[in-house]
Amino acid sequence: MGGFARGSLGVLLPPVLAVVATMILFAGFLAAQGVDPLTAYRLIWLGAFGTWFSWQDSLVRAAPLLLTGLCVALPAQMGLMIIGGEGAFVLGALAAVAAGLAAGNLGLPDILVQVIMAAAGICAGGVVIALCGLLRFKRGVNETISSLLFAYIAIAVMNQIIAGPMRDPGSLNRPATRTLPDNLMLGTIPGTTIHVGLIFGIIACLAAYICVYFTKFGFAARIVGGNARAGRVVGLPVERMILAFCFAAGGAAGLGGMVEVAAVQGAVSSDISTGAGYTGILVAFLARMNPLAIIPVAVLLGGLDAAGGLLQQRLNLPDATMLVLRGVLFVMLLSADALQGRLTRYLAPRRLPVTV
Amino acid sequence: MVKITPTRRSVLLGGAAAAGTALIGGRGAEAASMTVGFIYVGSRDDFGYNQSHAEGAAAVRKMPGLTVVEQERVPETVACANAMAGMVHLDGATLLFPTSYGYFNPYMLKAAKQNPSVNYMHCGGLWAKGDPLNAHSYFGYIDEAVYVSGIVAGHMTKSKKLGFVAAKPIPQVLRNINAFLLGAQSVDPSITMQVIFTGDWFMPVREAEVTNSLADQGADVITCHVDSPKVVIQTAEKRGLYTCGYHTDQAPLAPKGYLTGAEWNWTYLYPKWITALQAGGSMPNYIRGGFKESFIKSSPYGAMVPAAARTQADAARAGFTAGNFAIFKGPLKDNKGNTVIAAGTVLDEHDPVLESMSYLVAGVSGSAS
Repeated sequence: MGGFARGSLGVLLPPVLAVVATMILFAGFLAAQGVDPLTAYRLIWLGAFGTWFSWQDSLVRAAPLLLTGLCVALPAQMGLMIIGGEGAFVLGALAAVAAGLAAGNLGLPDILVQVIMAAAGICAGGVVIALCGLLRFKRGVNETISSLLFAYIAIAVMNQIIAGPMRDPGSLNRPATRTLPDNLMLGTIPGTTIHVGLIFGIIACLAAYICVYFTKFGFAARIVGGNARAGRVVGLPVERMILAFCFAAGGAAGLGGMVEVAAVQGAVSSDISTGAGYTGILVAFLARMNPLAIIPVAVLLGGLDAAGGLLQQRLNLPDATMLVLRGVLFVMLLSADALQGRLTRYLAPRRLPVTV
Repeated sequence: MVKITPTRRSVLLGGAAAAGTALIGGRGAEAASMTVGFIYVGSRDDFGYNQSHAEGAAAVRKMPGLTVVEQERVPETVACANAMAGMVHLDGATLLFPTSYGYFNPYMLKAAKQNPSVNYMHCGGLWAKGDPLNAHSYFGYIDEAVYVSGIVAGHMTKSKKLGFVAAKPIPQVLRNINAFLLGAQSVDPSITMQVIFTGDWFMPVREAEVTNSLADQGADVITCHVDSPKVVIQTAEKRGLYTCGYHTDQAPLAPKGYLTGAEWNWTYLYPKWITALQAGGSMPNYIRGGFKESFIKSSPYGAMVPAAARTQADAARAGFTAGNFAIFKGPLKDNKGNTVIAAGTVLDEHDPVLESMSYLVAGVSGSAS
C-alpha cells in the first residue's frame, strides 16, 4: 500500500479531531446567535448532501476546488508553499477563452478546439506558478509571497484585458470577453447538472496521487521535499523537478479556470475570480497535502458552500456564518497539525516512515 | 417543506405539472402561499445597492401569505445558479428576484428555461426578444434623481468643485457622473467636478483613500456610485464635507453633511408587482422607469439645504414626473472638446443611445477609459 495507508491512523486522526472540535465550537457560536445548533447542522446536511439536488450542487462547487487544491498540494511535496492558485486559475480561464475564440473559427472539430483550450489554460496557469518556482531557486524569492503577489498581478492583467483588447463591445455595463459558442462549451455528466470538470478534477487528483506515491519521480520529489540539500547530494535535478511540479500545479489551477469558463461562465468577466484558488489552500491543508484526500475534502467544502444558502434562507443567518465555520476549521486544523507529532508518537511507539 | 429529489427529468415534469395547474386555475390558491426568493450580490446591510433590494424584500415579507427567502453575497457565478435552483427546489419559490446585473446571462436565462412555472425578476434591464417569457428584467433611470442631487450640490458648493467616487467607467456610471455635474451646472455653469474610479464595486479601503484625496483637492460636495456608499459618506462627513447619497438613504451616517440622495424605490415597486401577479396579471418582460413610474426617489433634504435649492430641485423633479424634462440635450460637449450631442437634439431617458454612453461631459476632470 502507498503512503496514504501507511500510518493512516496518525495521518487521519488530527484532521478528524479538528473537524470534531470545529463542530463543537461552531455549535457554541450558533447557540450564541440564538440558533439551535442541531437545526443548523440538520440544514447544513440537507443543503450539502441531503437530496440529490444538494449532492449535485455540492459536486459542482467541489469541481474547481479539486484542481486548485492540487495547485497547493503538488508543490508542497517539494516543500514549497504556493498560495497563488487564484492567479493561475484566472489566467487559465483567460487563455482558454482566447484560444477557443481564435481556434473556433478554423473549422477544426469541436473536441480538438476544446483540447487546445485546455492546453492553453494549463500552459497559462503552469507558466505563472513555474515562474514562482524559478524565482525561488534562482533568486531565493519566497514562493509563498511571490505566488500571492502574482495572483494580484494576474487579476489586474485579466481586468485590463477584458476591459481593453478582448472586450466584447456588446458588454456595456459589465466588461467581458466575447462568449464562447455553445458548441465549444463542455457538457454535463449525463442525467445530472454536474459538468465534466468534476471528472477532470478527479482524474487529475488520481494522477497526482499515483505520480507522488507510486513513481520514482514522486519518490525523488518527496526526498527533495524532506531535505533539498540531501536531494542535491544524491544527484537529483532539484531545479528541474521544482519547475515540473510548479508547472503541474499551476496547470491544474489553469485547467480549473478553463473548466470554469468553458462549462459555467462562457466568457471571462471579473467574476471569474471567485476565490476558488484561495479555497484551494484550505482544501490542500485539510487533505494534508495528499492528492487523493483532496477529493473527499473538496466535496466536503463544496457541500459546506452549498449549505450556506439554506442557512441564510431558513435561519436568516448572514452569509458570513459559513466563513466563520471555515475560519474555525482552518485554525483547528493548524492546531491539530501542531498536535500531530505528539499524537503519532503516543499512538505508535515505532518510528513512522516520513511520508507526509 | 417540499421534498423532491429532482433529476433533470423530474424537474421538467414537475415544472410542466405546476405550469399545468397554474393554467387550469390553481393560480389563486397557489398565490395565497407564494414563496418569493431574493438573491443579493453583496451584504444586505451595506447601506447601498443590496440594502435597497433587501428593504424591498422586507416590504414584501409584510404582505399576507407570502414567505420570503433571502441569500446574500452570492457571486455572479454558478453559485447564483445554485442559489436560484435551491430556492425553487428546496423552498418551493415561484418568484425569484436575482438582483445583480451579472446573474442574468447565462444563469437566470438557463434557469428560466428549465422552470417555466417560476417567474424570474432580474434587476438590470437586460431582457431582449427571444429570451424566455417567464424572465423579466427591470431597471430605473436613477440619473434623474442624481441630477436632482446635483442641483442641490450646485447650490451648496463654495469651492465650485465637486467630487465623485465611481466604481467603473461603464455607461450606467458615466451617465450618473454626467447627470450630477449637469445638475450642478444648471445652478452655476462654472462648477467643475473631479471623478476618480476605484476599479470595482466594493473597495472600502480605496474608496476612503479616494474620498480623502478629493477633499485634499478642494472638492466640498462628494457623491459616489459604488455598491456601498457607506465609507465614502462617512469619510466625507469626517472631513466636514457635504455629501449626496446613492442607492439608499445614508442620512444616518452623516447628520451634518448629508444634503439629499438618489434612492431606489423597491419598497414601493416590489409589493406592487407581486400584488399584480397575485391578481393574475402578467408582468412585462422589460420594465424601466424613473420618477414618473416611481422607480426612484430623493432622500429627504438635510436641514442645511436652503429654500432656493429645494425649490429648484423640486421643480426639476416635477418636470421628470411630468415627463417633459430631459437631462441630456444638445449642444453638449465632452471633456475633450468633442460635441457629443448636437444642438437641437434632445435625448429622453428611454433613448437607447444613452445606454452606451462613453464620455464625460465638459467640466469633469477624469478619464472614461
